[in-house]
Amino acid sequence: MSAHATTTTPQVEKLTIAQAVKAALRQEMQRDERVIILGEDVGKDGGVFRATEGLLDEFGERRVMDTPLAESGIVGTSVGLALAGFRPVVEIQFTGFVYPALNQLLAHVARFRHRTFGRMHLPMVVRMPYGGGIHAPEHHSESYESIFLNTPGLKVAVPSNPYDAKGLLAAAIRDEDPVIFMEPKLIYRAFRQDVPAEPYTVEFGTARVAKEGANLTLIAYGAMVRVAMDAAEVLQKDGVSAEVLDLRTLNPLDKDAVIGSARKTGRVVIVHEAPRTAGFGAELSALIMEHALLELLAPVQRVAGFDVTFPLPKIEGHYMPSAARVVRAARAALEF
Amino acid sequence: MPRTTIYEAQTIRLQILMPDGSVDRSLMPTVDDGQILALYRGMATMRAVDEKALKLQRQGRMGTWAPLRGQEAAQAGVAHALEPEDWIVPAFREMGVLIMRGVPIHHIMTYWVGDSRGAVHPDFPRILPTAVPVGSQLLHGAGIGMAMELRDEPHAAVAFAGDGASSEGDFHEALNFAAVFKARTVFVIQNNQWAISVPFSKQTVVSSIAQKAHAYGLPGIQVDGNDVFAVYVAVKEALEQARAGRGPSLIEAFTYRMGDHTTADDASRYRTKEEVESWEAKSPIARLRLFMTAQGLWDQAQEENLRTEVEGLIEEEVRLMESRAPLEPGSMFQHMYADLPWNLKEQMESLQAEVAS
Ligand SMILES: Cc1ncc(C[n+]2csc(CCOP(=O)(O)OP(=O)(O)O)c2C)c(N)n1
Ligand SMILES: [Mg+2]
Repeated sequence: MSAHATTTTPQVEKLTIAQAVKAALRQEMQRDERVIILGEDVGKDGGVFRATEGLLDEFGERRVMDTPLAESGIVGTSVGLALAGFRPVVEIQFTGFVYPALNQLLAHVARFRHRTFGRMHLPMVVRMPYGGGIHAPEHHSESYESIFLNTPGLKVAVPSNPYDAKGLLAAAIRDEDPVIFMEPKLIYRAFRQDVPAEPYTVEFGTARVAKEGANLTLIAYGAMVRVAMDAAEVLQKDGVSAEVLDLRTLNPLDKDAVIGSARKTGRVVIVHEAPRTAGFGAELSALIMEHALLELLAPVQRVAGFDVTFPLPKIEGHYMPSAARVVRAARAALEF
Repeated sequence: MPRTTIYEAQTIRLQILMPDGSVDRSLMPTVDDGQILALYRGMATMRAVDEKALKLQRQGRMGTWAPLRGQEAAQAGVAHALEPEDWIVPAFREMGVLIMRGVPIHHIMTYWVGDSRGAVHPDFPRILPTAVPVGSQLLHGAGIGMAMELRDEPHAAVAFAGDGASSEGDFHEALNFAAVFKARTVFVIQNNQWAISVPFSKQTVVSSIAQKAHAYGLPGIQVDGNDVFAVYVAVKEALEQARAGRGPSLIEAFTYRMGDHTTADDASRYRTKEEVESWEAKSPIARLRLFMTAQGLWDQAQEENLRTEVEGLIEEEVRLMESRAPLEPGSMFQHMYADLPWNLKEQMESLQAEVAS
């Protein structure tokens, strides 16, 4: 921009989730020169989903690093970088490729603060697109948040819309602890939303009531929030008022919001695309049972991915939780 | 002697067939005309399959495809050196190897349209399925080679990967295990200069992958990967060593990915047209054709016949692929375990009820 240009900064921008991620990265890098980006194809290519597009040009190779192809290397060196004063934001190309880095994440990243008695800690973010429904090859559709949720020491955020994507990512980057930031690639570009042009944060551990309701609570996160909203619309036509709770961060979890809504409606359906067994739905269900047993009018229902290897594209549509499945589970709860 | 040299090394590059079609006679392998024609036919088929797959993808009849254009010689040379009892451990761009080993083209395509029935072929129990997690399969290749060594079987495993894979820990572990256990494994690294948008120069500061073999104590050689004779000679020798229990080797086929990384990629974002064109001049197929023509083995009429024949073959293969009965949704529950546990049974029944309604 020329120095003479008289520009009025727009108050809001219409952004997709992918663009909102980029906006947060850019503004946080402008705010804090310790913020650096590492990953495969994040530089010149701007990331395979273009979430880092233009950042190499703006910030240079010392802050936006196309790394060798090695996830353990990326995360392990980020530990060192973070210990030595940087705030690395790592991109793992797909959740299905984070496994080489699990040793670093589980054995080191999650434990550093605790095992050094708080003398060392790791302000770093590991971003990764997750989830199915995009007709991708093997290993490109996984939703393995449970691995991280069952690893004490990691925070886990999963935005469902552009506003939250920007605000949660900014909060993640400013967080003093490591954050796994899972981006719903199915809806990376599915819709745009008005997003404040200014930097802002969305506080971790605050769920969002996406729709208020009285008869039933649908709990979801990430790409499944839209599925829950679609189901709520179908139910509305039948005169059922469903509340939709978007968790936004899974750890920390907004326990009050979950329990509060469960107590209010007495019926809960949890939706996630990760496999059902030992998925986050099981944790939520247990939590609700512990705190709202007497207010429950039906067993907590789970609509989840099946307990199978994520299928190849030809039949993946049958794997993904659908609004119809959520409606069926809701009816089961209503008719219990 | 406080300072002594404890190790010295050099790395060889092998080239036999030049881009102009001339050959270094002293290095030429003993291949008869029939073999040369088979190599050419294989490479031409790969090229045609690749082009067809890209066309199908644009029409929505193919899933994500990883084009192998430019790497035909690297794949044909290896495939030709293999024996039926050898094991093949592919990464994800080795459709050419499979084609030349006789795996039906419609079967290969079945996998890439997103149907898991195409993952492995019953007639080829020693060809492993595609391995997408970069570099991970190299360890499987090392392990199979260890099994051949432990049982003293006169067969070997060929494990494939790309230049990008050489950065993964698994690559280094595989070379080390193979060397330590004298695995009957040949590692073939197709250095096509790019790992999606990351050039080889950013993967490592050394100038070859072949030289990395020194650190693990196995022979490493770089061959002109667009020279089918060089690839064939190097792999044949390495396989003979491996099958005889004389240890593993690493072969770097120095080549070029002429196409996008996959149909989901746009290579023009990160590399120049000039660079791509400079490699077009080193085309593996054109140089073999020049050689064959100079030898009086090939003429325009034969070229046209071959083209027509291959096109016909591929049309038929696509027809076979597309006329297959659709994959049952319930198949996702099959083969998760040897038997079907209660939770999968419940879930399968609920899906079947949903599909039926
Ligand atoms: C462990 C892992 N990380 C990242 C990816 C995503 N990815 C797929 S192919 C590829 C580049 C591979 O480059 P190279 O090894 O040179 O093989 P080529 O694609 O050139 O054949 C990347 C980063 C992956 N499949 N697996
Ligand atoms: Mg490569």
